[in-house]
Amino acid sequence: MATVYVDNKPYEMNPEENLLHGCVSQGLNLPYFCWHPALGSVGACRQCAVKVFKDEHDTQGKIVMSCMTPAAEGTRISIADAEAATFRAGVIEGLMLNHPHDCPVCDEGGECHLQDMTVMTGHDYRRYEFDKRTFRDQNLGPLVNHEPNRCIQCYRCVRYYRDYAGGKDLNAFASRNTVFFGRNEDGVLENEFSGNLVEICPTGVFTDKTLKHHYARKWDQQFAPSVCVHCALGCNIDAGERYGTLRRIVNRYNHEVNGYFLCDRGRFGYEFVNSERRLREPRLSGKPVSVVEARTHLEERADSGRVIGIGSPRASLEANFALRTLVGPEQFYSGMADGQAELAGRMIEILRRGPMRTPTLREIEECDAVFILGEDLTSVAPRMALSLRQSVRQQPMEIARQSNIPLWMDHGVRDALQDAKGPLYIATPYATRLDEVATATFRGAPDDLARLGFAVAHALDPEAPSAQDFPLAAEIANALKNAKKPLVISGMSCCSQAAMEAAANVAMAAHAALSLTAPECNTVGAALMGGSPLTAAFEAVRNGHADTMIILENDLYRRAPATEVDAFLGAAKHVIVLDHLANPTTEKAELELPAGTFAESDGTFISSEGRAQRFFQVFVPQNDVLASWRWLKPDKWQNLDDVLAALSRALPELASASYAAPSAAFRIAGAKIPRSPHRESGRTAALVNITISEPKTPEDPDSALSYSMEGTPDKPPAALIPFFWSPGWNSIQATNAYQTEPGGPLRGGDAGVRMFEPAAANGQTWFSDIPPAFEPREGEWLLVPMYHFIGSEELSPAARGLRELATKPHVAVNCDDLVEGAEVEVSCASGTFRLPVRLQPDLPRGVACLSAGIAPLSGVTMPAWGKIERPK
Amino acid sequence: MTSSTEKPLTGNIPLDGSALDLPAYEQAGGYQAIRKVMNGGMTPKSVIAEVKNANLRGRGGAGFPTGVKWSFVPVGKDAPNPTYLVINADEMEPGTFKDRFLLERNPHQLIEGAIIAGFAIEADIAYIFLRGEYTLAAERISRAIAEAYERHYLGKNILGSGYNLELHLHLSAGRYICGDETGLLNALEGKRANPRAKPPFPVVVGLFGKPTVVNNVETISCVPHIINNGAEWFHGLSRTKDGGTKLYGVSGKVKRPGLWELPMGTTARELLEEHAGGMRDGLKFRGLLPGGSSTPFIVEEHLDTPMDFTEMPKAGSRLGTGTMIVLDDHTCPVGMAWNMTKFFARESCGFCTPCWSGLGWAERILRSMEYGHGKPGDLDKLASQAKMWSPGNTFCALAPGAADPLETAMKYFRPDFERHIVEERCPWR
Repeated sequence: MATVYVDNKPYEMNPEENLLHGCVSQGLNLPYFCWHPALGSVGACRQCAVKVFKDEHDTQGKIVMSCMTPAAEGTRISIADAEAATFRAGVIEGLMLNHPHDCPVCDEGGECHLQDMTVMTGHDYRRYEFDKRTFRDQNLGPLVNHEPNRCIQCYRCVRYYRDYAGGKDLNAFASRNTVFFGRNEDGVLENEFSGNLVEICPTGVFTDKTLKHHYARKWDQQFAPSVCVHCALGCNIDAGERYGTLRRIVNRYNHEVNGYFLCDRGRFGYEFVNSERRLREPRLSGKPVSVVEARTHLEERADSGRVIGIGSPRASLEANFALRTLVGPEQFYSGMADGQAELAGRMIEILRRGPMRTPTLREIEECDAVFILGEDLTSVAPRMALSLRQSVRQQPMEIARQSNIPLWMDHGVRDALQDAKGPLYIATPYATRLDEVATATFRGAPDDLARLGFAVAHALDPEAPSAQDFPLAAEIANALKNAKKPLVISGMSCCSQAAMEAAANVAMAAHAALSLTAPECNTVGAALMGGSPLTAAFEAVRNGHADTMIILENDLYRRAPATEVDAFLGAAKHVIVLDHLANPTTEKAELELPAGTFAESDGTFISSEGRAQRFFQVFVPQNDVLASWRWLKPDKWQNLDDVLAALSRALPELASASYAAPSAAFRIAGAKIPRSPHRESGRTAALVNITISEPKTPEDPDSALSYSMEGTPDKPPAALIPFFWSPGWNSIQATNAYQTEPGGPLRGGDAGVRMFEPAAANGQTWFSDIPPAFEPREGEWLLVPMYHFIGSEELSPAARGLRELATKPHVAVNCDDLVEGAEVEVSCASGTFRLPVRLQPDLPRGVACLSAGIAPLSGVTMPAWGKIERPK
Repeated sequence: MTSSTEKPLTGNIPLDGSALDLPAYEQAGGYQAIRKVMNGGMTPKSVIAEVKNANLRGRGGAGFPTGVKWSFVPVGKDAPNPTYLVINADEMEPGTFKDRFLLERNPHQLIEGAIIAGFAIEADIAYIFLRGEYTLAAERISRAIAEAYERHYLGKNILGSGYNLELHLHLSAGRYICGDETGLLNALEGKRANPRAKPPFPVVVGLFGKPTVVNNVETISCVPHIINNGAEWFHGLSRTKDGGTKLYGVSGKVKRPGLWELPMGTTARELLEEHAGGMRDGLKFRGLLPGGSSTPFIVEEHLDTPMDFTEMPKAGSRLGTGTMIVLDDHTCPVGMAWNMTKFFARESCGFCTPCWSGLGWAERILRSMEYGHGKPGDLDKLASQAKMWSPGNTFCALAPGAADPLETAMKYFRPDFERHIVEERCPWR
């Protein structure tokens, strides 16, 4: 650490960083705009000016930009210096010349970095007397709102969107005081991470358009820390509510997981919570019943002795465990299709076995050579794709180091690196969005991808078995071997156990980290909980062992072909379904129980990294909706902690999941943590039209959070941060105050508990089950799943905004006889489907890709052989 | 070149407006310097030493010693590859037309200089980054480059020396900010012409991330003569410590506006009164900007200052490009300040706040003053804005360059500014 004197007081600062970073780390109020911990320094806004002095005798000093000056040992600066303070106020004055001062009607108002910084500099009187420059707003699609008149030209948006996220359709146009940040014409932003513009923009140019439909100020929302449900990565989110409607998602910083950024599916998918398809009351045989009646019916059926429970990889550990307890471990089924269950089981086995470790997303960003085997990451694990866009810069970063350019000097580094990219190899059945930053790509059927993987492992270690050599294998092996932090990525979406095993061999041979993707927010948790897969449940009903089933948050029509599910549900006498959205399975229910979404329950998910993370109820639903585990739990469990205690006793290997967050008894100085920011208007006024006496706030027996603005003023531990706020810092930039240093870990440790660490190298054997090479068949196609960023995942298409962006189901082929857009009939064991054709000339011959997870294809079992014919 | 030792850069140029063509250039001793370098046993190091000894200082305005700049380029086996030489021919400084003359009238001199400079820094590729509006220069330079390739002065194995150099002409899309060498590099890469952060300096991380030297046209044009005649001779051309001749220009309401190659250190008075013939009849001298619009005003008391990089700062100004703009007593100084500020405001790249925001504001204030809407307090606002543009406060030198003429105009012609406000009109309109 370096000692830097700020206004003659010594501070310890990181000498690898700049002075602004150091000052912010120390909690000093130094305003800034263009700098961002994840984006580095460029020196555009000139807001963070300080005086720097040669030594203690220098009284003159000179103004420098703290973001552009290294925090070198012995540096003496002044923030308070009158000349520097005047300059900073002058910069704000300049920024505000053209700003419309429309805070009262701006969605950013109350959590605006520009407001905060303006107040911080003390600029308050307008001297500019001329008219302002104006722009036309653009329609950027249903997710992000654009209002460029508010722009202060800090360049953060284009630096994030283009340089960081790899987007191409947002740019800075024109010059001087008329630089326009937008698209060259109206249109939906193409990048999958566009929603982060909302938080990157220091003012109200880019705001959350979905929030606009049901706007509430930050200080009027009630927040809870939560975990994203739209893939298995477990990005941390804060969810905000008012009057029983979920209003929006904001990023909850987790240094190890999502950092500052979310994908658009995660940020905007929340509106399924407000969907018209929500189940809000218990129904028995289609008729509404009271909670008491519903519960009585449930208990009677559960006691009947011939009941089975079907769990779910998208329900919490607690919900699955409550069902398992209700029906008994022998009668509990995981709710996964057989193929998926097998893949998930193998995934956990590989990760436990070691010696490869599953990296966090932050660690992935630091990897300098990557081999992806089978995964379309942008669609199945989007946030990981954003991390990989950073990891391809790791190896070229050497150029900057050699030129002695500080790594935080963003434009200097980019000038030196230009377009240099480190090694990234992608082997997938079809082209993916990440291909554009790949060193080389390989297209093949899943079996051939696995064979490539085995060949790479063999090239790294001759002991590893291989059946075939590929020209690319040596190149990939070399890149991994020469890397400091090599990484192999595979997973479940390719539906190939062999590919996953090949990836494990490569990782073991290269001493690389191994990341395996999973499809749903709690796939790993469900797999750890155990229970037989779906066909065993079908079997139990078919052979008469069971006549009643309780289905937990699981649309079976997405797990198996409709005919099989129909037969299964038809054969059962009593079907009880707990879920939050109406779906084909709930339609078949005798008893339908309205389950809470993530926003209306507490629970724990285990991410594909193996990280157990807690989500908390954002608001108490105003009707009969209950967390699934509350519907199912025995009476003796009073709260979430009781569920977790029972879970720890019953399944010791899941015991550490209890520590994902502090218990309900946790207090800071005797106080709970408020879910609501303190507000000027006051909670008491909200219901004054109904009653003038202040209603009692709801109790929360399950967590250390309170449903009110009262509570501790101290910063809570990472797992319990409902929103970021610090005195003078009302925007999301207040995250600084919760970190050990900007961009660093949260104070007291980041949220989540890793459930398993791999065994050390102890002579683990190679996987050797190498599939034969793929042979195309005459007149038949191998149907493999193709994932879409929006559409393939179950819940997000129910959200307004994302719904209109969802991809339409289709079949992609490489075939000279078909025309783009033509309708064809695809038939396979799961049924016959009429679909439009998309021609993709880079697909392997004999392989066709079907949109995964989108009706009518959602229950299709793949890979499968099928026919593609022109309709008769 | 032997025929014109007093005016080495311009002495051989025909007076009919045409360019010194290849035969004439060679006849006057052209392309002898590259022979001396390539075949006469000179090494990159000895070329750099000669240019250093000559004390050739950058003619683009900043006056950085050229040989020193060259010596910063990493060379040798481990040096990054390729190395670039970029010739800054984006002459857009108001009142400046010196490079244009050299580009249009003596293109081979520039090419020969580029080959020697390229040899010195072991460059592989050279670009001439030419102002887009200089169409005649573009035509003549293109032809000269083609001729030089034909003669094997450019391309592979130049004159059998084993040295290779590609030379390309690039036409700028036209922004003043491309005159900043790092803005130029971004523009040449096809990006926004925003200046770059320094460090890294272009000699280490330049064009496409590779080591790059950016030199002005006039600077490069001096190089063949230094090689031919030696550093001592080059020193002797000058009246001061800064070596060589200088292309000086005069514009404004003088009797004979024009451009002259004169010894470095010629005084402003000599230029104005002898070469430009003094003020037009009936007009009185009030002040001048010595080196284009981004240098501070000097007035009568400073006229005997030698115009070079060392002496001009003592008079509170800078040599800049050495092409002066003269203000007379029938021209409104506020109007002139407005005109220049309007230019700088228009040409701001939009990157740093004090520049893009403050220049626009200052321009509006000056405009309103000029139209009789000036208000008490306006001068304070202008002064506070100009202070915001001090070197170091802004990202590059554009806004400091805008502050200099404005601040000195307000210093030397303050009563004129005040009259605009009090009389609510421009007294000259």
